[in-house]
Amino acid sequence: MYQYDQHDRAFLADRVALFRDQVARRLTGVLSEEQFRPLRLQNGLYLQLHAYMLRVAVPYGTLNGRQLRALAAIARRYDRGYGHFTTRQNIQFNWIRLADAPDIMADLAAADLHAIQTSGDCIRNVTADQWAGAARDEIEDPRIWCEIIRQWSTVHPEFSFLPRKFKIAVTGAARDRAAVRFHDIGLRLLRNADGEVGFEVLVGGGLGRTPVIGKVIRPFLPKAELLAYLEAIMRVYNRHGRRDNPYKARIKILVNDLGSDEMRRQVEAEWEGLRGGDLRLDPDLVAEIAGRFAGPALTPDPAPVRAVEDLPLIDPAFRRWLDANTVAHRVPGHRIVNLPLKPIGAPPGDASAAQMEALADLAETYGHDDVRVTHEQNLVLPHVREGDLPALWRALDGLGLAVPNLGLVSDIIACPGLDYCTLANARSIPVAQAISTRFADLARQQDIGELRIKISGCINACAHHHVGHIGILGVEKAGAEFYQVTLGGEPGEGASIGELVGPAIPAARIVAAVETIIAGYLAFRRPGERFLDTVRRVGVAPFRERLDAAA
Amino acid sequence: MAKTRTGSINVVTANRLADGQAVFLAAAGGWVADIGRAAVATEAASAERLLAIAAASVARQEVVDPYLVALAAGEVRPLALRERIRAHGPTVAAIAADATRYPE
Repeated sequence: MYQYDQHDRAFLADRVALFRDQVARRLTGVLSEEQFRPLRLQNGLYLQLHAYMLRVAVPYGTLNGRQLRALAAIARRYDRGYGHFTTRQNIQFNWIRLADAPDIMADLAAADLHAIQTSGDCIRNVTADQWAGAARDEIEDPRIWCEIIRQWSTVHPEFSFLPRKFKIAVTGAARDRAAVRFHDIGLRLLRNADGEVGFEVLVGGGLGRTPVIGKVIRPFLPKAELLAYLEAIMRVYNRHGRRDNPYKARIKILVNDLGSDEMRRQVEAEWEGLRGGDLRLDPDLVAEIAGRFAGPALTPDPAPVRAVEDLPLIDPAFRRWLDANTVAHRVPGHRIVNLPLKPIGAPPGDASAAQMEALADLAETYGHDDVRVTHEQNLVLPHVREGDLPALWRALDGLGLAVPNLGLVSDIIACPGLDYCTLANARSIPVAQAISTRFADLARQQDIGELRIKISGCINACAHHHVGHIGILGVEKAGAEFYQVTLGGEPGEGASIGELVGPAIPAARIVAAVETIIAGYLAFRRPGERFLDTVRRVGVAPFRERLDAAA
Repeated sequence: MAKTRTGSINVVTANRLADGQAVFLAAAGGWVADIGRAAVATEAASAERLLAIAAASVARQEVVDPYLVALAAGEVRPLALRERIRAHGPTVAAIAADATRYPE
């Protein structure tokens, strides 16, 4: 992974000192709340319902064991013993004291971590495919480019006060696991007819109040021009993006207003003045950064490893876990091990300090010291030797993290919702817990198959409900919690936005409604057909009829 | 940003500056975490008086963002779910203990 150099460390040390001074001045009243709020937000510190919340950046979702231990230590020392992994591959701590925040920043910096670009109207932490460097369908590791974007965008003076926040995702694989079509800018590495690798550039995707699928504005961008082209997009957005209305300030609204052809024309015109200039990427620099993402030297082992395929031990539970939670690695004889943070009935994405510490040990022992955070609020050990899987499975099982539910009905994305968040209208986590518990039986989950439920507590859509196979949006009606349900959303390469299935459902009936929808799917499905495929084939109407009949 | 529901019975809430804790202006003066010890205003004039006390506390860097929370008649119970959760904490733990039913 990327290793901080002296420059990175000096920058973080300065930043911690600056923030320590700002906090001291706030606590003594030299700075007012109005003056201080943007400063704390630039350091990822929000004031939520019960306490300050600190959102720590996990650039492109990559951590090592030492960093995971540092996060665990913060959870123990300054919080209530747990952290919450988010849909931007970050981690949040919910119970932070302002007075402790400078010390926490210093502890983070000691582990090459920070909370920069996790808030505010800047280019946020760049996200990537969680299987980067390990996936079989990958052309090139997207994190090389995420890191280049990070270095360019961090405290970029021209882009620190954008009309609104700005999110970029990069994938280097054929399958889109990074939801690039739902970002302000999505980048897909691909190979053109000449065999050259470059980027497909999508602009104007997003969720929130106005869900939009991003438009391709350049089908192929040479890699060396990445930053010049991004800078051109940012300049057009910075110039024309609306600042009069925060609900219309994202680039998706600008792209919609201008039309993608005019957006492309303006970006390309801006790019003409930038291309080939100072922002052109020096191949030596790119090679140096790429070298830091080279990953472990794995020895291919083409023969199926006895531990996996033949061992007499083979416990059916191990087999289920192997089939559900691990996938083939680009190097034969290895697996990508997914760790859903979705034990039955637990808050999605939460990990205790003890779990984080144990995972740090396991990553160092079995996973080449590499841990990933996914936008689905799960973790991944991307490089595990097949022979180590039984031992790893036993250890994970002991931590409650070997539930074989990846991509199943209980692998739910949920935002913090009204239990923690000042913006929320309704609770999210308790709905997720209740659905997970209702479908606790794993055989039933496996029979239902791939089904991605996403629950947001307000229209800001932190849990990406628009692209859930079942999307659930909390709304408030006359002081009571209701939930709007959409069907048929999909974040990946077949991107689609879910369709509303009917009127909002009162909280007391939302779990039963999900059960009704799933029962409908089981009745309608053809052999081998996934939930999403059935919804696409039959539409939402038959589901609405069942919900009406059950109401 | 603060969501208040209209009502004639109110307490004043804010977040403590140093730790962000949701607190309530106490009948005995100062700020307390227990809403049961909050000063209750039953008319507009007394609510204004409590807000003025809170504003002075803001100026002393003790709390931020004070506002009125409307209570149900006859009990120290906020009308809004948001305010009940602010006063009593996340409902997440309760669900984990009895995850078979959705909380009312």
